[in-house]
This record gives sequence, C-alpha cells and structure tokens, in this order.
Amino acid sequence: MAILVNEHSRVIIQGITGREGMVRAQLMKDYGTKVVAGVTPGRAGQDVYGVPVYDSVLQAWEKQGPLDVSVIFVPAALVKNAALEAIDAGIKLLVIVPDRVPIHDVLEIAARAAEKGARFVGPNTLGLVSPGKAVLGMIGGRAERAREWFKPGSIGVSSRSGGMTSAISYYLTKAGLGLSTIVHVGGDAVIGLSHPEVMALFEEDPETRMAVMFGEIGTTQEERVADLVESGKFTKPLVAYIGGKAAKSGTRFSHAGAIVEGSRGSYETKVKRLREVGVHVVDAISDIPIKAKEVLGT
Amino acid sequence: MARLFEFQSKKLLKQGGIPVPAGDVAATPEEARRIAERIGKPVVIKIQVWVTGRAGIGGIQFADTPEEAEAKARQLLGMKVKNFVVDRVLVEEKLAIKAEYFVGLVIDDAAKKPLLIFSPAGGTGIEEIARLHPEKIARQTIDVLKGFPEFEARNMLIRVGVEGTILPKLADLLTKLYKVAHSSDARSAEINPLVLTADDNIYAADCHLVVDDYAVYRHPDFGIEIAREFDRPPTELEKIAYRVEEKDYRGTFYFFQMVEQTAGSEKYIGFNGAGGGGSMMSMDAVLNRGFKLANYCDTSGNPPASKVYRAAKVILSQPGIRGYFASGSGVASQEQYHSARGLTKAFYEEKLDIPAVIRLGGNFEEKAIEILQTYLKDIPGVVEGYGRDDSPEFCARRLEELVAKNGGKRYEIRPFGETPVPHKAYVFETVTGRISFDHSKCPGCNTKGCVPACAPKILKLEDGKPVLAITPEEAKKGKCTECLACEIFCRFHEQDAIVILLPIPGLKEYRERILAAKAQT
Repeated sequence: MAILVNEHSRVIIQGITGREGMVRAQLMKDYGTKVVAGVTPGRAGQDVYGVPVYDSVLQAWEKQGPLDVSVIFVPAALVKNAALEAIDAGIKLLVIVPDRVPIHDVLEIAARAAEKGARFVGPNTLGLVSPGKAVLGMIGGRAERAREWFKPGSIGVSSRSGGMTSAISYYLTKAGLGLSTIVHVGGDAVIGLSHPEVMALFEEDPETRMAVMFGEIGTTQEERVADLVESGKFTKPLVAYIGGKAAKSGTRFSHAGAIVEGSRGSYETKVKRLREVGVHVVDAISDIPIKAKEVLGT
Repeated sequence: MARLFEFQSKKLLKQGGIPVPAGDVAATPEEARRIAERIGKPVVIKIQVWVTGRAGIGGIQFADTPEEAEAKARQLLGMKVKNFVVDRVLVEEKLAIKAEYFVGLVIDDAAKKPLLIFSPAGGTGIEEIARLHPEKIARQTIDVLKGFPEFEARNMLIRVGVEGTILPKLADLLTKLYKVAHSSDARSAEINPLVLTADDNIYAADCHLVVDDYAVYRHPDFGIEIAREFDRPPTELEKIAYRVEEKDYRGTFYFFQMVEQTAGSEKYIGFNGAGGGGSMMSMDAVLNRGFKLANYCDTSGNPPASKVYRAAKVILSQPGIRGYFASGSGVASQEQYHSARGLTKAFYEEKLDIPAVIRLGGNFEEKAIEILQTYLKDIPGVVEGYGRDDSPEFCARRLEELVAKNGGKRYEIRPFGETPVPHKAYVFETVTGRISFDHSKCPGCNTKGCVPACAPKILKLEDGKPVLAITPEEAKKGKCTECLACEIFCRFHEQDAIVILLPIPGLKEYRERILAAKAQT
C-alpha cells in the first residue's frame, strides 16, 4: 500500500531539462518510479534518460495517457504557473521541490488545488519515497543510495526537515525497521500536505503500523497532530522529535500573529501538547529507533 | 521576513487608498522642522525602528511648533535603540483621537489562507483584550481566488458591533488593506491603532508591514537590503554574504552573525550547518560542549562547490574563532564531495591553523572525507572528516579535544589574497567566476587528470593541453558547474597550473579594515 505514491503511479517531471530536473529524473527512473514524461516549454521532441519531453502538461497527457503525479523542478518564480498548469490538466498530486516560492503564490496554488481536488507536497521539499516502490523528488539523491538507506516496512515518517527525513529513515533502516512511506512535508510556513494531513493518510494505510514525526518550532502543525490524536482521528503509535529547542523562541512579528497562534508554535507548547495526548516525544534523534522498536514490540 | 519601516508601510497604504496622517520622513532636524511647517499644526515625531513599545522608551514625541519639532527631532535622531541608531523620524499631524481600532492580516498556515482580524478595541492592549474578550475580535479568512468582497468585510464588522456611518467606511478600508497586503506580498500587515478622529475620519495612525522574503525580488522599490528576518540592521559581513546568495540561485547560503566581537575567554567557533533540521541538531551538539557560535550559516539545497567555498571564506573572516564546525543532517541526498572541495579550496588558501571538524554524511561521503583528508593533511590546522554514522555529539566532542590540543588558539584573519592569472593563460568564464589554465606548465604533466576529473565533462585535450570541449558561452551559462575538481587535481597531483577565481565583492576591503583596525590597537 504505502501512501501517496507506489510503483503504479504515473509521473511527469516539469522542468526536466534543468540542472536538478535532469539529475533527479535519473534517480526516479533508476529507482523504479514510473516516469512517463517530462515537460519543458520549447523542448518537445527531446528526451532525458529516455523520458520523452513535451511542451505542456496537457500535451504530455494527450500523448501519454492519464497522469497521477507531477514533480516540479522549475525556478521558484515560475512555480505558480507550473503548478496551476498541472492542476488544471487534472493531475491530483504535485511535488513542488523548489525553495523560495512566494507565499501568496502558494496560497493561490492551495486554493486552486482545493477547488480541483488535488493535493501537493512542498514547496521546499526533498520529496517522498515509498521504499521499494517509487521515489518522487530528490530524496536519496541516487537510486542505489535510496535503496540502501530506506528499506520497506511498516513505519511512516513525516518530517519538516529534508535532511532529517533521510537521517531518521536511515537510522530506522539501520536498526532493522522498515518504512512504508517517508515524506518531507517541506520547510515553509504554508505547505500543501502538512503533518496532520500526512498523519491522516498514515491512519488510513493498512501497511503503516506506526508513525514518526520530525517537528520544528513555528507553525501549528504539531499542535494540530495532537488535536487529531486527541479526537481519535489518529490512533496509531506516534514517536515525535521537535527541533529548535536551542533556537531563540519565535520572534513575534505582529499582534495579529499572536492573537491567532496564542501560545502555539513554541518548543515547549508543542512538546507539552503532544505528551498530553500520549505521543512519545523523544529528546534525541538517536532515541527514535529505540522508541520505535519498543512501540512495535520487536 | 523583511520588515518595512512605518513610513514605508504608510506610503503603501496611501497608494492603496487608505488615509494616513499628513506627514513625511526626516533624516535631519531641519527637515523635521520644514515638514512641521508644511503641516501647520501640532505634530507627532516618531523614531523609525523595528521595535515595539516606542512610546515607552521616549521614541514618540509631540511638538506644537516647527521649532519644537526641530528640537525634538534633534533629540531623537542618533538615539540608540537595541541595535539601531535612529537615522530617520516620521513627522506627522497629531490626530484628535475619538476611538482606536485594530486591524491585522496574517497568513493562517492551517487554513492556507489569509486571515483578517478586526477589533473595535485597538491600541497597545490588543493581545490582552483578545485573550480576555475573544468576542471583541472578528476573524475572516479570505478566499484568494474570489478576493475579499466588501460585503464580507461589512458582515465581519457587524459581528463585533460596528454600526452607523463608520461601518461602510471601515468595510471599504478592510478590503483595501487586503489588496495592499496582497499586492505587496505581505506576510503580515497591521494597522494599530486605526484611529477614528473627532471629526469622524479614519486614519491609519501606525502601520507595519512584513514582506515575504521569497517575494522581495518583485519589489525592488521597497529598498530591502537583505530579504531576511533581522531584528537589527545587517552587519557588513552579512551584507557581503547576502550579495553572494543573491547572485547565485544554486542552493542556499544563509549567513547570520551571532556576535561581531569574539573577544574574551568564550570559546567561539565558526559554524557551517547544512539544512534547517540538521543545522539545529548540530548547533545543539556544539552548544552542549560549551562552544559559542560566532555565526550561524547554512549551506544546503545542493549548492555548488563554489558557493560552499565562498561561505567558508566569509566564515573565516571572523577573527578570534577557535574552530570550524560543519555538520548537517548526516544523511544528505546531495553529493557531499562538492562541499568537501569548496572547503578544501578555502582552507588551503587561508592556510587554516585552527581545527576543523567536518561532518559530511550522505551521498558519496566516503569520497568527500577522502578529499578533505588527502588534500588538507599538510595545512597547519587539523581537519577531520566524518560521515553519517558519526553523531553530531561525537563530532562536537572531537572539536573540543582538537581545540584544546591547539591550545585554544584564536584565529587571525588573513589579507584576502588572489592568485594572479599568468599572462597568456587560457581563460574562460563560469557562472560566477573565471578559470585560467597556464598551458606553459602542461608539458610537465603526465596524467592530464584535470580532464577526467571534470564532473560535467566539458574539458578535452588539444596538443596535450586542456581546453573547453564546449563553447565559452555554454560554460558561462552553467555547463561549468564550478565543481573545482580540475583545480584541486592539478594543484595537488600535478603542476598547479589551474586557477579558479571566485570573487566575493567587498570581502577584501572588509578584511583590510579589520586588519587595519587591529594594527592600530
């Protein structure tokens, strides 16, 4: 099963002829992801590692048949256009890799996605992997590494840090624990699928027996996961780590922000809220595999 | 997040049709006087700094005459507030206040929508009021596809008891504020207080806009020097670092100075993290060993070797540090040898004589560690490379041991040297620099290893000499990835005939100033 992506998902890459697009097209293909097309306006007729390039998403759809996922590797300033294009063409899952996408652009993408019943991971994401099935984005870097670092199994990982998505998943694999799907939700303030939305997907996935979450200070994502647990909407065991203990506590930019967030967003509140509802919050990354083993009783 | 000053924010409001008090910004007492003369009424004079509670520290003054305005401005200009020196004051018409409202717009991360907040009880106590009287706060999320129609604003105001002739005025203002916030890419926009005057007009008496860092490029007219969160003006070195970042879109290079002076007995180190989460974890590890960070730096998102090189050169422009610590998540997807080569070039050029612990875990970490160990074994400082199975805690402990072994020696910065390009060298440009090959040395070379070392394979041999296999234009456009492999190979294995010049505008002069200041003391 896994969530969001598997070996049957039909994937395109927008920006496939760019620096990252090309390299990660190879990663995805080598790993076994079904990359059926790439899009770069003006480059139709070329191919990248055997993947045919088209001028538009619509054209790719017409030539290749239905598409499930678009992985976007275009410059930040062009992301909005690319994402709206994919949503409009009917693609239901986008992975928006670029960093520095303007927040008002993300809001527009989110609104259009909601309207069309589409979802997106990112922006500013390394991507996601369903080990043994498919990789989207650049996580793992190279296929042989992604295979070596992330073994299939029953733990779902959701992380706000790209590097820590890999690190935690690697340490779990090294401890003999496998993974269902690992998701880097993205490092920005507004993202498509945030922790609570990923947790809801893990809840539905029969293959996922427990979840691990790497949270950070800022935003209300971790508190909203606690709300899910409390209301019985997430019932599987959850191990969490919250980064940013040493960082100076969030500078408030406005009264309005303070009114909306209240005390949410700080390290202390997140940890307290999660512990209150029975989430296993650990103090060191190295404790994650230990706690996971204990929880799974392996 | 890039903050705008009050006077800038008000200019945007005014352009968007929201009334602001008559006035202007002054940098000298004389200017303040002239503005007050123009207004021809009693004025208020406000320091322009990014701190709240200006009134409490005497940063807001009133004047009845232009002379008084000049005198008050003289008092305020030059005043020190936190890390700011006040260099501008806003001189405005003093309002006859009948009521104060609050209006603010933020981005709601859960709803993924802008959220507008209004309260009929504005002023300084707004957060307290929100807590004690939530019924006095109206909230409205905005559908960005539809926009913010006037009737939604009106209904929102009605919910908190606004009525009478003020109602349509306020509703109109709210819709305008959303438009201003949207068109200026604001992360937050706040008017507090929004004032109702004795003659029933509405004015934005104070306003503050925070612009999305990622969208600053759309607004060159805002004059934002560094599109990042600062609660003080940026330092010289931060500006230099930012210019590197601004001109090179490949990967991230974030540089922030924790202190400008590393004097005293504290154990300051230069810190080079990679990735937000990994950097935080690594920072915790060194802080737990009693180190202090001279700077925080993040080179991530797959930066080329040239960018990591520049980051290291900037970090090593901080005198007094006792060690260099680089560590990311430990399991990076990016090929780690790029960072290794960037650091190698920088450390070699600087003849680093303090210890460096470099944790480059992830793809090709073995090769990365080998690069550091092979090429940096002869510089005065000890450089150790570690990978994904070495914890940040272990690496921090290693740095502690090495610093102790080095006698806690403090780093002295070097003049910024540039290797001269030999006359008649074969030269081509790269995205951010220049590569030169001294072909007169090539006959002494047995391996011609620069050609296979080149990762993007853009070099070929012609008469036994390396030249471009592509056009110079292609190399400049990015086909040369500035991986530094050719230079490092030639320097350490062959004739040292390749020089890659990667300028860092302003760094040479910066170091000269520091060295000159040191020579004087």
